[in-house]
Amino acid sequence: MQKILVSTTVNGETCEFACEPDTSLLDALRTELRLTGSKEGCGSGDCGACTISLDGEMVCSCLVLAAEAQGRTIGTVEGIAEGSALHPLQTRFLEHAALQCGFCTPGFLVAAKSLLEKNPDPTETEIRYWLAGNLCRCTGYDKIIRAVQHAAADLRQERTGA
Amino acid sequence: MNDMSGKPQYRVVGTRPVRPDGIDKVTGKAVFSADHFVAGMIYGAILRSPHAHARIRSIDTSKAAALPGVKAVVTGADFPALKSMEVDLGEGGGDIVDMSVNCMARDKVFYDGHAVAAVAATSASIAAEALELITVDYEVLPHVTDLAAAMADDAPVLHARMRTKGLDTPSDKPTNVSMRFVMEKGDVAAGLARAKVVARGSFSSAPVHQGYLEPQACTVAYNSDGQVQIWASSQGAFMIRTVTAQVLNLPIADIRVTPLEIGGGFGGKTVIYLEPVAVLLSKKSGRPVRLAMSRSDVFRATGPAPGTICDVAIGCDENGIITGAEVTFSGSAGAFPGSGTHPAAVCSLAPYKIPDYRIVGHDVVTNMACTAAYRSPGAPPIIFAVESIVDELAGKLGMDPIDLRLRNAIQEGDPSPSGVPFGPIGLKEMLEAAKVHPHWSEPLEANQGRGIAAGYWPNFGGQSTASVSLTDDGTVIVTTGSPDIGGSRASMAMMAAEVIGLPYDSVRATVADTSSIGYSMLTGGSRTTFATGKAVVEATEKVVDGLKARAASIWGVDAGAVEWAGGEARCTAQDKEGTLSVRELCGKGGPISAEATVNPPDPGPGIAVQIVDVEVDPDTGTVTVLRVTALQDVGRAIHPSYVEGQMQGGVVQGIGWALNEGYVFNAKGQLDNAGFLDYRIPVASDLPMISTVMIEVPWPSHPFGVKGVGEAPICPPMGAVANAVSAATGVRMHHLPMSPDRILTEVAAAQ
Ligand code: FES
Ligand code: FES
Repeated sequence: MQKILVSTTVNGETCEFACEPDTSLLDALRTELRLTGSKEGCGSGDCGACTISLDGEMVCSCLVLAAEAQGRTIGTVEGIAEGSALHPLQTRFLEHAALQCGFCTPGFLVAAKSLLEKNPDPTETEIRYWLAGNLCRCTGYDKIIRAVQHAAADLRQERTGA
Repeated sequence: MNDMSGKPQYRVVGTRPVRPDGIDKVTGKAVFSADHFVAGMIYGAILRSPHAHARIRSIDTSKAAALPGVKAVVTGADFPALKSMEVDLGEGGGDIVDMSVNCMARDKVFYDGHAVAAVAATSASIAAEALELITVDYEVLPHVTDLAAAMADDAPVLHARMRTKGLDTPSDKPTNVSMRFVMEKGDVAAGLARAKVVARGSFSSAPVHQGYLEPQACTVAYNSDGQVQIWASSQGAFMIRTVTAQVLNLPIADIRVTPLEIGGGFGGKTVIYLEPVAVLLSKKSGRPVRLAMSRSDVFRATGPAPGTICDVAIGCDENGIITGAEVTFSGSAGAFPGSGTHPAAVCSLAPYKIPDYRIVGHDVVTNMACTAAYRSPGAPPIIFAVESIVDELAGKLGMDPIDLRLRNAIQEGDPSPSGVPFGPIGLKEMLEAAKVHPHWSEPLEANQGRGIAAGYWPNFGGQSTASVSLTDDGTVIVTTGSPDIGGSRASMAMMAAEVIGLPYDSVRATVADTSSIGYSMLTGGSRTTFATGKAVVEATEKVVDGLKARAASIWGVDAGAVEWAGGEARCTAQDKEGTLSVRELCGKGGPISAEATVNPPDPGPGIAVQIVDVEVDPDTGTVTVLRVTALQDVGRAIHPSYVEGQMQGGVVQGIGWALNEGYVFNAKGQLDNAGFLDYRIPVASDLPMISTVMIEVPWPSHPFGVKGVGEAPICPPMGAVANAVSAATGVRMHHLPMSPDRILTEVAAAQ
């Protein structure tokens, strides 16, 4: 099969990869770019472990073709921290033990970041519905929701307080 | 270390530090099973049976083998013939022949999704293409996926040689009932005859899946000298080593298994599926091979928990004192025996003092993937049935369901199911706490109901090895062989820090590969913080002894004249004084290290009580969970956040089991809901916060009092939710999952 050359921006850096026409963006990120932070829990859009941002919108990268990434801007879990400074979501996930196995964590972080960018002060219900496409089998979600609530407060304070 | 109340005061135990693997996991750096790349690696793929039961007449792989890019093809013919032998893996286990056939079918396939052939190719797409070129000639056989149907006299028989073990009168008739297990005490007929009130009912539950988010995957490199490297996530690297060696007749030491981060297991990763296949593919191709499951492979071909049928009768006198109980149940084991019959029987009535009882369990094979352990394997659906009947009994007596349970609750000194008296066990404490909890008295509205249930799981001990070594600069490295499935590296580091008297930050905890640490049983049975924790404490104590001896020699005093406190040696000899820190001691004469292996036979029991409020929509039958309070006797919480996490996670898995989850087979015996869209696990918007109440009744045989906490929390939820639904609707529920249609049907039938 003839490969397609794709150039794209991932976590602020331009990069190129070659992919087959039916390769998913998730596979390309993981295999071609070795960004294995995004996980495959289902490959069918049902678990959210592969959540990334594509031109600022949250998507399941398993449902996007790699070739569609041409010229677009991608954000993955690997790009959430600024250098070695963790994002408040990451800090709060750690403090609140919002991960047990951690397999769902990258997807939750990307999805929660996207929520807080759109809605800096979400209610518990809004958080629960926004994250309803991200499955976690370990935590029962309680600590994840709390971590997001605290991170939202941190970010609001950063914005007003600084 | 004790305060006035006698409760030990700890510096580190009971605090909530960030876990050692935390940053890796929030930044995407943690390496899970499908994240490991090896130079020259190629991609494997497995062809799976579309039939629930069929004889394989022939397999033609020639076209696949000829496809450019295909480097190896494997079928059942490549596997060595084995002699039947039971393998005990701690939680689960079974016959090695069954385990081998489960990895790759030989003359028959036993379930939709059973592996029949495998290929390895230079790309995943070539491997997928090659699978389509394999022709399998099947003779389709009658199948049975339903548990009751599998027990019928005229059921299609899966294994012609199977005879029921444990029958009073042995039968020579081929059967699907692999075993009958009886546990009894006293005279159940007399016990029930003494009762003033008897409640009885028949219950059933569909098979459910553990639903770990990470599909099984491994990478294997077979070298021409016979040395095998396996990188995989599982609940036991040593388990992978043992079973792979036995299935392939390889020397155990030739296999080195490196545990990668594990994306959930819940018991489902206590068995292997891919590793022996990948070893053969790697051996044939001469290349490292990655083999990974898809989500549908996981549902179709990896162990669900059994479906069950269960009849329960419990009687009590007019004061609510239980006089007798009878439990008869069956579990669908899937393709090969092992549905957790024994633990289900042990747990079913364990929370209550019952003078006369009889428990009879059956293990039944069906044309479904072979079941694997799932959190308290075997027990939860049987506990659901028993707790429903206990609730029914309270209703008949007009008694508060907590009071009824309190009157019959076991306590220290009462005989446990094994006959050995219970040690300290906090069931009464939990029930008392539940009774005064604001949740129990909060008013309910129309169509709402509240339920309570208890649940017991005995927990495991088992063999564990830990090594503790100090570095020149006085930091501590703790190494174990127990895969960290939910934060155990943090608790190991905390226990070591507590013992040596250093801050948590001075301890690093890692999980080693199978060639770098002594044998450890798999992570399962809620045993790791208990048993591996004990090994860590013992190894750390040995290190402290070494430090004291070195201090004694530096000071020229007897070892008895050195005291260890606050992370340093103190000289207590009359004429001398002084202190030496870990760092100073390590700097003089090199780092100290020690190893300890334990095999504690006496784990503390797991016991939990949960209160659940639901609202049932009378028009649609939809259940909304409004409020949950989960109580558990945790012995001692080393890292309370991760203990709470176990409780909350167990509750929510149980809510899924209660309300949505269940295998659905079509008329051909194929799994119809092999994906997260149709097999719906709870999502964030389904749930409220899960409140936790940790009751600490320390367990004497663990240095800090730990009782395993991972499994007990999945025992009460189905009973608690069912009792709440019954309270809301006025109708007893008999089947899991309590899907909306099922609830409407049961309500209509009762009217
Ligand atoms: S892997 Fe993309 S949604 Fe599950
Ligand atoms: S922490 Fe394991 S799936 Fe969420």
